[in-house]
Amino acid sequence: MNLHAVLTILVFSPLLGIVILAFMPKQAEKLIKVVGLLATVPALLIAIAAYLHFQWGKDLADFAVSTSWIQFRGMGGVPEPFFSVNYELGLSGFQLVLVVLTAVVATLSALAAAKFVKKEWKGYFMLFLLLEIGMLGVFTAENLILFFIFFEITLIPTFFLIGKWGYFEKEKAAYSFLIYNGLGSAVLLIVIMILFGKTGTTNIEMLTKIIADPSAPLSGDLKLGLLISLLIAFGVKLPIFPLHSWMLKVHVQAPPSVVMIHSGILLKIGAYGLIRFGMGIFPEQFKTLATLIAILGVVNLLYGAFLAFIQTDFKMVLAYSSISHMGIVLIGLAAMNEAGVQGAIFQVISHGLISALLFFLVGVLYERTDTSLIENLGGIAKGMPIAAGFLLAGAMASLGLPGMSGFVSEFMAFLGLFKELPWIAAVGTIGIIMTAAYLLRAVLGMTYGKAHREFTGVLDLRGVELIPVGVLMLLIVLIGVFPSVLSSPLQTTLETIMLGLGG
Amino acid sequence: MSLKTLSEFNWSVMTPEFIILGVIALLTLLDLFLPKRVDRRILGWLSIAGIVAAIIALASLLGTEPTSILYDTFTLDMFGKAFKLLLLAGAGLVMFLAVSYDAKDGMEEYRGEFYYLFLTALLGAMFMTSSGDLITLFIGLELLSISSYVLAGIKKHNLQSNESAMKYVINGGISTAITLFGMSYVYGLTGSTNLAEIANKLSAVVDGQQAYLLGIAFLLIFVGLSFKLASAPFHMWAPDVYQGAPTPVTAFLSVVSKTAGFVIVIRILISVFYNAAPSGDGSSILFKMHDYLAFLAAATMIIGNVVALKQTNIKRMFAYSSIAHAGYLLVALTTLSANLIFSVWFYLLAYMLMNLGAFAVIQVVTEKTGSAKIADFAGLYRRSPVLAVTMGILLVSLAGFPGTAGFIGKLNIFVGAFYGEPHYVLASIMIAATVVSYFYYFGVMTQMFFRPARDESKFNLPFGIIVVLIVAVVGSVLFGVAPNIALDFLNKL
Repeated sequence: MNLHAVLTILVFSPLLGIVILAFMPKQAEKLIKVVGLLATVPALLIAIAAYLHFQWGKDLADFAVSTSWIQFRGMGGVPEPFFSVNYELGLSGFQLVLVVLTAVVATLSALAAAKFVKKEWKGYFMLFLLLEIGMLGVFTAENLILFFIFFEITLIPTFFLIGKWGYFEKEKAAYSFLIYNGLGSAVLLIVIMILFGKTGTTNIEMLTKIIADPSAPLSGDLKLGLLISLLIAFGVKLPIFPLHSWMLKVHVQAPPSVVMIHSGILLKIGAYGLIRFGMGIFPEQFKTLATLIAILGVVNLLYGAFLAFIQTDFKMVLAYSSISHMGIVLIGLAAMNEAGVQGAIFQVISHGLISALLFFLVGVLYERTDTSLIENLGGIAKGMPIAAGFLLAGAMASLGLPGMSGFVSEFMAFLGLFKELPWIAAVGTIGIIMTAAYLLRAVLGMTYGKAHREFTGVLDLRGVELIPVGVLMLLIVLIGVFPSVLSSPLQTTLETIMLGLGG
Repeated sequence: MSLKTLSEFNWSVMTPEFIILGVIALLTLLDLFLPKRVDRRILGWLSIAGIVAAIIALASLLGTEPTSILYDTFTLDMFGKAFKLLLLAGAGLVMFLAVSYDAKDGMEEYRGEFYYLFLTALLGAMFMTSSGDLITLFIGLELLSISSYVLAGIKKHNLQSNESAMKYVINGGISTAITLFGMSYVYGLTGSTNLAEIANKLSAVVDGQQAYLLGIAFLLIFVGLSFKLASAPFHMWAPDVYQGAPTPVTAFLSVVSKTAGFVIVIRILISVFYNAAPSGDGSSILFKMHDYLAFLAAATMIIGNVVALKQTNIKRMFAYSSIAHAGYLLVALTTLSANLIFSVWFYLLAYMLMNLGAFAVIQVVTEKTGSAKIADFAGLYRRSPVLAVTMGILLVSLAGFPGTAGFIGKLNIFVGAFYGEPHYVLASIMIAATVVSYFYYFGVMTQMFFRPARDESKFNLPFGIIVVLIVAVVGSVLFGVAPNIALDFLNKL
């Protein structure tokens, strides 16, 4: 069976939804929501099918596709293409799990949007579907130019989704998102262009081979410089302290369905880029920077945790918690061993699910009570027992309770770092304690805290709202109990990375 | 020159120019003899027909081998064909804007001139693409410039229009004088005005003093021509002229005139200075002047983008934006990479589409609201979703986001900048300048999509505007997704 077209269909399937939506009347609210939701389903089904394809022991390389796309030629009819960019999509185990994550969170976010978005549904869903194309493309692109193109494609819809459908200070948040990420991608583009200029290719696999070759026309200093630039470019996205201020604004101002996507997937592009390009292409230099990255990770972890502890707005707690959890990704990566890297990737997936869950719940709470301040939400368990239950469960997953996905990832990441840099890891463990402290303070303050108002008459989670929370919770527990659902696709990816690291 | 030699020239290579010339003559006569009550808009449609005919004539010439007539003063080569097509297409779109232009004051009596002056300017630009001689090059340049001066001031009773024409003439005069002064050095050193001959003689220059003179000549010519490009140091006219001139004229200046400017710069740089006065290591004057060019390119990008941030008038903002784009194009010139002509041509194509489209929207909105404030774009999405989304796509292309021609254009330039000997600093400045440009392009977006409208009145789109918008948006997206269509086309020339 020929599977080469599958990825193209997967990535561009939301386009069909955009086209249909474009011809629909603005006022047809229900229909628009249904179409917007259904448009995310093909990608979801294909992603799941690809996952099953893998689990049935078939080769993911079946999906790879490569055709020529742009060819720039020299002057005077030089026959050789001067520069060519191929359209290349592919799927490794790591990419597969990220694609599945993207498809799941996108569908759930569309469901949430049907709930939370109160105006101009047509524009919202068209932009949202464009965003999904960008995200799916980012994770399947096999060359740097294509990656960059999809990466930039995510910026524009996100800008509008924040700026138009967000809360009070939405425009500021949208601008700061655009400029920070624009600068990040500018740095990325310079790196890509230097790599291209030196090696003549942007294909990731070929680049990895060329650069591993000691006769490559790149000096060690240049490679180190490129890796540091990558660290900055993806550090904006991840975000790494001190490049994080834009992300706080986005998490507070953007509509809940967008924050689910943003925190669940867009931030993960930073981690993906660091692992696939930073570690994959420059393993030697990554080793040189390992200590620095470990320190950055611990700083992120502690900074996020301490600031989360003093926030009064639950959204801010979650935003700082995201910074803190991304520190664990860095910690895992800095370990440079199998456990550490696996922990980092697990954390990427796990945090994607957990943050999507928690931000969805915040959205529901805000909608019902018009507040997300911890103090004002005291005693919510009485009015909304189911929501409060899921909130507690989500917090438990986030702080790393065994049996849930957060535990596996944190455990492995720290296990990895303790082997390599025990002192830094030891400092980092303070962060784990802090995580428990700030999450319990916030969640217990809300669920069982002193009630300032009666929550009688406030509707609990119901109907379709139970689908996102249910699905996300299920996946969180599934990964916690059977980590092999994740680790088996990651096996080959990890082996490749370890091979590159020379151990 | 006997009649016999004259008749032996292969005149057919000049067909596009003859068509435009014929249309100009026809229009002048019609304008003179048609009764006053006849709407002069018909002349506009006639000019469009003429331009289309010229494009068809050019298309039939695409397959011909490079031909020179009139003792090498007129050459139709790949370069000439490619850029002529660009000029014709740009001028055609501008004419669509012009026939839809509804001037509020002082235009009624001059409607006829308004159309055929665009054509005379276009004719000048077309001659520049094909000329192989300094004299014809200069005459083409002057024909273009003088027509543009009149066009800028065509709203006779409008103070701003007058001011803009005045500034344009004075600045233009100074810059032309400087260019001419530079050219006189070249003539003095070589004794010829023929570009090929000049190049030939200059490549034999070894004397240090002569090389020094050549360096000065190069700088003078380039600085003078930067007026047409609207790049530093001769960019200051652009904001005032863009603001005061009627919108179709502004569009013409920002696209056709700028393209013509790059045509002449490339002609002179490549054919005259590329191999001039090679020193021991084989590097010519052009390579020695490299740092000056890089400096001017960087200054142009920085000035254009930074000052654009503060503008409140949309036409002024687009003036600075056009300065910034001239800076990006200068980066391509500075790097002198093997894909120089390709990247300049493609960028100008992309720039033509997105800028003319944007000016079409600007024309509609400013005519409706009577002012050109960026704040008057508020709520455009509510008033006219089509206009707002169109403008959105064009702005995204101007900002250089993927999926649009603007991105591919910038990518071309980056590739040139990093290939071979990398220009890290210049390319970094260009990328940083691009990020700065997000601020002002997205500032317009903020107005259109996020802010509430002051009044909810709808827009009527004239036919001409619709044509321009469709061409602009379809072209911007098509060349962004499948740029090879344009690149292959150019390669086959």
